[in-house]
Amino acid sequence: MGPITEVYSKLGESLKSGKWTWTGEIEPEKTTNLEEVIHTAKILAGHVVAANVTDNPQSFGCMNSLVPSYLIQKEAGLEAIWQVTCRDRNRLGLLSDILAAGNLGIKNILALTGDHTTSGDNPQSMPVFDLDSAQLVYMIKKIMAGHDLAGNEIENPPKFHIGVAGAPGAEPLEPEILKIERKIKVGGEFIQTQVVYDMEIAKRFLDAVKHLKVPTLIGICPLKSYKMAKWMDEFCPGIFVPPEILEDLKKIQDAPKEERRQKTDEWNLNFFEGWLKELKKTTSAAGCHIMAVGFEYIVADIVKLIK
Amino acid sequence: MIITKAKSDEEIKEVIQPFKKLVVVGCGTCATLCQTGGDEQVKAMVQKLTDWGKEVTGSIVIENPCDLRIDKRDLKRLGDAMANADAVIVMSCGVGVQTISQASDKITLAALDTVFIGEVERIGQFYEMCRACGDCILNETGGICPITRCAKHLLNGPCGGMNKEKCEVGTDKDCAWVLIWKRLKEQGREELFTKFREPRDYSIKAGPAEIIWK
Repeated sequence: MGPITEVYSKLGESLKSGKWTWTGEIEPEKTTNLEEVIHTAKILAGHVVAANVTDNPQSFGCMNSLVPSYLIQKEAGLEAIWQVTCRDRNRLGLLSDILAAGNLGIKNILALTGDHTTSGDNPQSMPVFDLDSAQLVYMIKKIMAGHDLAGNEIENPPKFHIGVAGAPGAEPLEPEILKIERKIKVGGEFIQTQVVYDMEIAKRFLDAVKHLKVPTLIGICPLKSYKMAKWMDEFCPGIFVPPEILEDLKKIQDAPKEERRQKTDEWNLNFFEGWLKELKKTTSAAGCHIMAVGFEYIVADIVKLIK
Repeated sequence: MIITKAKSDEEIKEVIQPFKKLVVVGCGTCATLCQTGGDEQVKAMVQKLTDWGKEVTGSIVIENPCDLRIDKRDLKRLGDAMANADAVIVMSCGVGVQTISQASDKITLAALDTVFIGEVERIGQFYEMCRACGDCILNETGGICPITRCAKHLLNGPCGGMNKEKCEVGTDKDCAWVLIWKRLKEQGREELFTKFREPRDYSIKAGPAEIIWK
């Protein structure tokens, strides 16, 4: 594969044009109510080209990601990047949902392995993993070409841009890069990465995937509090929060609520201004994937930092 | 080897509750090595059952309780001990329990849980190594099985949960795909690591598997 050739979506268009591209993130929750999701999508719309809609993140059982993906497009005018994991469905279930997504006008998919069931809120579940993320990409490409994995014909096949995940903080990095290579080889068109705070880690990763010639969106996550930063550093595999960030946020944490909020916002804008400018100026990154779940109001200001 | 572990006394007490007279059968192969169904464990079970007020009419360690022919022969040798028993309590893997239930018309009870097909590092340290998937890929993966040793049984490299060479499920466990990558690198066979592996054919394992020579 390699660079995007045909364009099916705004995301595809933005990535193909080489323009700096922002994508956001929306998490459906354990409810039938999608008001919050639509509200969040409206906050993000206009600031990001498209938003990922997560598929039972960290294996916490939530509403499936397809319905909210459809509704944010319809009701908030925000293009969806439908996240699909291999954890909860076998190839039959995935095929059904992919065809449904085609009907609902979904044009971007992020193909993921998925966290293990034991990390979530129903750890007794049977993990499926009939396919892995590379095989999922392979299956989606086959479906787009009019066939399922067994070779059965599909009428009116859908079109998608297929994204894959990257973990810049992986130690060792080499097997992770070799896996990404495989995912690109079978049809991945863009990469969205796990959250990075350390610029050197971002640069090391971007250098390692440069030869693949696919747009790479580096994952960033504004930090709402010292507690959150500490949690991410300790419990999120592959995310390293540099000690100076933890120190800065620790200084703010004891301030009264309003002051703390204001100072936290200031810290984020200050930190990301320098960080994003350096990323844009000195690397081959195609843009950023901003994960600001519960902190969406700051997205508009962060995006403006490098306009 | 098939690795087993003993069921709790509470569970055993509950399953034997309706029966008065019992025969105890051990396994001379895997469960002997696991120390869950060998000579000593069979003796200990006989003692326990007696302490709990049951009558043990006989006991035996069968060399291979997973072999129907041997079960038929050895259970026959128990004679009256079997004939008088209400049930047989079997200290072997699930294969042994089922084979014995075919070899006899007595109610058969399992005293062990069958956990995995594994390697014995030393007594008391057993590691799962094979899922009997029916389509071995060890020749491509440096002799390390990702079907068994990767928690998500992935076929195309590590997932994003790999952290400092460890698995996201139980962070003390090595990531199988990092082990494979290191092994293939040592062997100068890195090209095997980059090979794309298509989805597996699970139809070969549909229903209970059987091999019948023709």
